[in-house]
Amino acid sequence: MEILQHAHELAERLERREISAEEVTQAYLDRMERLEPHVHAFLARTPEQALATAREVDRRRAQGEPVHPLAGIPVAVKDNLCTEGVPTTAGSRALENFRPPYSATAVARLHEAGLPLVGKTNLDEFAMGASTEASAFGPTRNPWDRERVPGGSSGGSAAAVAAGQVPWALGSDTGGSIRQPAAFCGVVGLKPSYGRVSRYGLIPFASSLDQVGILTRDVTDAAHLLEVLAGHDLADSTSVDAPVPAYRKALQAEPRGLRIGLPVQFFGDQIDPAVRQAVRQAVDRMAEAGAEVVELSLPTVEHALACYLVLAPAEASSNLGRYDGVRYGFRAQPDGRPAKDVTEMFLATRGEGLGLEVKRRILLGTYVLSAGAYQTYYLQALKVRTLIRQDFERAFEQVDVLATPTTPTTAFRLGERLERPMRMYQSDLCTVPVNLAGLPAISLPCGQDAGGLPVGLQLIGRYLDEAGLLRAAYAFEQVAGCRAAVPPLAHLGTGAGEVTIHG
Amino acid sequence: MSQELRLTREDVERVARLAHLGLTDEEKEHLQRDLSLILEAFDRLREVLTEGVEPTTHLVPQESVLRPDTVRPSLPQGQVLANAPETRDGFFRVPRILEES
Repeated sequence: MEILQHAHELAERLERREISAEEVTQAYLDRMERLEPHVHAFLARTPEQALATAREVDRRRAQGEPVHPLAGIPVAVKDNLCTEGVPTTAGSRALENFRPPYSATAVARLHEAGLPLVGKTNLDEFAMGASTEASAFGPTRNPWDRERVPGGSSGGSAAAVAAGQVPWALGSDTGGSIRQPAAFCGVVGLKPSYGRVSRYGLIPFASSLDQVGILTRDVTDAAHLLEVLAGHDLADSTSVDAPVPAYRKALQAEPRGLRIGLPVQFFGDQIDPAVRQAVRQAVDRMAEAGAEVVELSLPTVEHALACYLVLAPAEASSNLGRYDGVRYGFRAQPDGRPAKDVTEMFLATRGEGLGLEVKRRILLGTYVLSAGAYQTYYLQALKVRTLIRQDFERAFEQVDVLATPTTPTTAFRLGERLERPMRMYQSDLCTVPVNLAGLPAISLPCGQDAGGLPVGLQLIGRYLDEAGLLRAAYAFEQVAGCRAAVPPLAHLGTGAGEVTIHG
Repeated sequence: MSQELRLTREDVERVARLAHLGLTDEEKEHLQRDLSLILEAFDRLREVLTEGVEPTTHLVPQESVLRPDTVRPSLPQGQVLANAPETRDGFFRVPRILEES
C-alpha cells in the first residue's frame, strides 16, 4: 500500500466495503491531530460533524441506498468559503467570531456528495498573500521544511494535503493562491476556468479574478473532485451555464498528438535555474514520448504582474468595504469607550480588525481608483488585460496547452519576504496572467531542487477546456513522472508513515 | 529618508480617509514607503500602447437574467442578526450618525 492513499483508491475500497467511511474519516482525523502541532494547517476542526456525515454514508450504503462514488472521503475547506454554523474567518480578526448562516455552493456540493468536512484551513488574511504568514492566526509550516512557508494564500490546504492530514482540500485562486502553494508543497493544484465553479459563499477578494479550486495528490483525484464542484449556479451571476464533461473519462496517458507551447516569457532570468531545468526536463520527456513542443511568445505577459497589482487591489478595496462592524464581525471601541459617531467606529473597527497586508491593498486599490489615478492606472490596466487575453487566444490557435514553471523559486523562508511586498508579489509572476485571462490551469509536482524542495510545473488550458487540461496533466503525470512525493514530516509519529486504515 | 517617494504622508492620509481605515503613525510610514515602491513598478504598464484597445471588465458576458417573480424563502431575521455586534428591536444598532442639533 502506498504511504498516502489517493482519494480514488479509497473510493474503490469503500465501494467494495473493505473499509467503512467512519474508519477512513477516523484515520484521517487521528493523523490530522497528530501532525497539526507541526504544521498548523487548520483554523477550525470539525471531527464530530465529519464522523456524523461518515456514519450517515455508512448507513446508506448498508441499506442499499444510492450514494455518491466519493461519499465518505474526508475533505478540508479553505477558511474563506462559508460553512453553515462553522466559524469562517478568512484568516482575519475582522471575522473572528463569524458563523455563516449558509454554506458556499462548493461546500454544499461536497456535503450533498457525502464528503465529511474535517476542518477549515489556514490562509493569508482574505486570501491576500503568497505565504500564509498574513493570517491573523499564525503561519502554516511547509511539510518539506518547517522553516519555510507553504506558499499562499491556500497554504493551509496545500500543507494539509502534502502532510496527508486530508486526501484533498478546496482552495481559492485569485492570482495563484492554489497553484503557488501546490508547487511549494509538492501537490497538485487545479484552478478551473473563471465561472466554472460557483463563487457563491466564497468571501470575495477580487471578484473578476477569484475562482474556487482543488488541491489533491494526483490528477485523477482532481478530475473526480472537479466533477462534484463544476456547474452553473443561479446564485452566482458569473458562473457559466455550460455542460460539465465527465472529466475522469478525459484522462489518457497519451502524449502523441499533444501540442505543448513553451512561452519564452516564462523562462527568463527571473526564474530560478533549478526551476527552469526541472520544468524543461519534464517537457523533454513528453517530447521524447511523442508530444509536439513549440516555443512561442506572449509579449504582453511581462506586464501581467503590474496589471494584476492594479486590478486586484482595486476590486478588493470595494469588496472589503463591508467589514465595517455593522452587520457581522468585529467592532472596535476606540480607546475602550463607545465611539462618538459612526465614522469613528468605522475607522477604529477597520484599523484594528484588518492586518497590514490587507490595509496595503485597500489603500493601493482606493488610490488607483481615485480621481487623477483612475485613467493612468486602472483604465490602462483593464486595457492591458485585454491584450494579455488576446496573447493567450493567439497561442491556443497553435497549441493545446502551455507549459511553464508555476513559481519563480521554490519555497522561501518564513519571514524572508514579509517586509518586502514586491518580492512577495513576484512569487505570483507566472500565475497571475492566467487569472487575468480567466483560463484553467494546474500545477503539478515536477521534481525537486538541490535542497530537496518541490518544484511546480504549470499547465494552462483553453477557456472552459478543463477536460483537455486534465488530459495533458495526466499524461505529464504518467509519462513524465510528475507525481507527488512524500515529505519527511508525513512520517512523524508513525512507524511506516502510513495512514492506518483497518478493514 | 534619502530617496524621494511617490506618495506623500498627506496622500496616504487622504486615501486612508476615503477607505475608512484608521492607521497608526507607524503604519502610515510603512505604507507610504511600500505604496511608493509599488507605484514605481507600475511605470512600465503606462508605456504599453493601448490606443483603440477595449478594456476588459468582465470575463463572462454579462446579460440581464429574468426569473419568475415568485416568493422564495430567505434567511429568517434572527439568523441574519445573529452575527451583528449590536442589535435592538430587530435592527442593526450603530453609533450616532447625525450631529445633535
